[in-house]
Amino acid sequence: MASIEKDSVSGQMTTGHEWDGIKELNTPLPKWWIVIFWVSVIWAIGYWIVYPSWPTTSNYSHGLFGWSARGQLEEDLKDQKLARSQWLSKIEAASVEDIAKDKSLLNYAMVGGKIAFGENCAACHGTGGIGRPGAYPSLADDVWLWGGTLADIQQTITHGVRNSDPASRGGDGSATMPSFGADGILTPEQISQVAEYVVSLQKTPAAGSPGEKIFNDNCVACHGQGGVGGGIPGAPPLNTAIRTFTKPTVEGVIAQVTKPHHGSMPSWGRRLDATTIKMLTVYVHSLGGGK
Amino acid sequence: MSVFNQHKVLETNVFFLAVGILLFVIVGGLVEIVPLFSISSTIEKVGGVRPYSPLELMGRDIYIREGCYLCHSQMIRPFKDEVERYGHYSLAAESKYDHPFQWGSKRTGPDLARVGGKYTDDWLVRHFINPRDVVPESIMPGYPHLRKPLDYSDIAAKLETLRAVGVPYTDDDIKNAKTDLEEQVRSDSSDAAILKRYPKAHMGAADGNPKAISQMDALVAYVQVLGTMVDFTAVKPETIRR
Ligand code: HEC
Ligand code: HEC
Ligand code: HEC
Repeated sequence: MASIEKDSVSGQMTTGHEWDGIKELNTPLPKWWIVIFWVSVIWAIGYWIVYPSWPTTSNYSHGLFGWSARGQLEEDLKDQKLARSQWLSKIEAASVEDIAKDKSLLNYAMVGGKIAFGENCAACHGTGGIGRPGAYPSLADDVWLWGGTLADIQQTITHGVRNSDPASRGGDGSATMPSFGADGILTPEQISQVAEYVVSLQKTPAAGSPGEKIFNDNCVACHGQGGVGGGIPGAPPLNTAIRTFTKPTVEGVIAQVTKPHHGSMPSWGRRLDATTIKMLTVYVHSLGGGK
Repeated sequence: MSVFNQHKVLETNVFFLAVGILLFVIVGGLVEIVPLFSISSTIEKVGGVRPYSPLELMGRDIYIREGCYLCHSQMIRPFKDEVERYGHYSLAAESKYDHPFQWGSKRTGPDLARVGGKYTDDWLVRHFINPRDVVPESIMPGYPHLRKPLDYSDIAAKLETLRAVGVPYTDDDIKNAKTDLEEQVRSDSSDAAILKRYPKAHMGAADGNPKAISQMDALVAYVQVLGTMVDFTAVKPETIRR
């Protein structure tokens, strides 16, 4: 180890390390760095005092002004509500029918409805409400199981369909298609006959066929005379090839009559606020089939 | 500042350096960890949080086994955008019986902390079998093998293990674990015994077949209970402000 000495060129001290005659300088850290270092230390101490930081035995230091992340969020949400209140308070106060009449309010509600639809509804009803054949109804056509007026749609969204919400559509079991096959109400032969008849409704009804009698005895109360629908809410018309849950073929009808599909939708009033549901209602109503 | 120049003694002596590092880590660790055992404000006092029902617990194990946490978080942070999209921010109390917790750190898919009740069993089953059947643009993998039967022979032992780390399962819960699990799939009665032990448990066979208990039934029961235990309309904001 060489001795620690002053380097004649730079004027700095050396560390005492030397390799092949090259000596290591002990250059001190630059001033600006030292200043920032100590300012940071002082800043940290200030931070401890002002903000919640240190644990105590059973609690923690709350800081000078009692700031908290969750309290801050409450403030932020309040500000946000205020910023949006110009429109949202109008929507809150108006009925869905009034919103639909007021063009500028409708525009705002449609945008809000579209966003809420993407987050909550598109997973089942598809983007833009196009539906998913065999599983989830299209909201863009003019076939409605539970009614297509603004008030109907609002009610359906708020309480959902066949769920634990007592006000849900069909929640009281009134619109539950019986299990004609699985419960032995109809024999497999009768089921085939009625299925043939139901499919014939799409073109020329097979009048006088055995299927017609079975249909009149078992299905008309819900699906309407000749399958035109309108028997009870929730039962779709069967006189077109538009189907929600099944294929419009003999096999499709057999499947439904043997062991029916019972569609179910969550109760959105439990998750979303009334204002969001109003925006969703006018959005869904506008998709194509609103009445 | 001669004392600052003495660090050379520490840095050039392996023994002193090791002792110094050890002391540093011990002090830092004590200050950070010890208070967590005594601070009463970490876990908010809210009603409703209960241990998982046996079926939910099996579902949770499947969630971990399949690595769902690699793409999904269960932690809604207290930020405007998150609260607006997912619902009320997550509380520490809501994962107090999670061993290990499923907060996650990666969101390839959406947060699941409040997904319970958002969809129907029918949708969840279709989605798990093949997500693209219901969400055409989804990049989530399919899990069709979940239709296989659930092996729940060791469910009582699982409850007992969790009790050892502090989950308050009672002797009764452990004794009835197997029947509770079966009842949750098979019963649709609103006064089933399991609902007294585990309020708000999601009843029914998700895959539509109550005779065979599948892994799907368990995973759906778990997903459907996520975020539903606490009734936030009954929680005063100032009591959970941190
Ligand atoms: C108690 C009322 C009721 C009776 C009786 C009834 N249905 Fe239904 N039917 C429904 C309801 C409600 C639906 C919608 C099912 C859903 O929401 O999942 C439906 C759906 C259907 C569908 C599927 C429609 C689609 O869009 O995919 C067919 C086909 C059908 N019924 C045929 C029949 C036939 C044939 C009979 C008589 C043998 C019959 N139904 C008797 C209520 C009834
Ligand atoms: C878990 C899947 C699912 C989600 C998510 C969902 N729905 Fe539905 N929705 C259904 C099913 C299934 C039906 C048909 C129920 C039946 O069989 O009558 C339905 C029916 C409807 C109807 C009635 C259609 C008619 O013909 O009368 C409306 C309106 C509707 N949904 C709107 C919405 C809105 C708005 C949202 C988002 C807030 C939403 N749905 C989210 C599954 C879903
Ligand atoms: C490769 C990443 C990945 C993995 C692994 C994964 N997911 Fe997903 N998940 C996604 C993505 C992306 C979405 C959004 C698209 C969709 O709905 O399919 C999603 C959506 C979901 C949703 C719907 C959430 C909502 O609010 O719409 C649920 C529930 C879900 N996943 C559960 C699970 C479960 C349970 C597992 C484990 C069995 C799992 N996921 C594994 C990526 C993943």
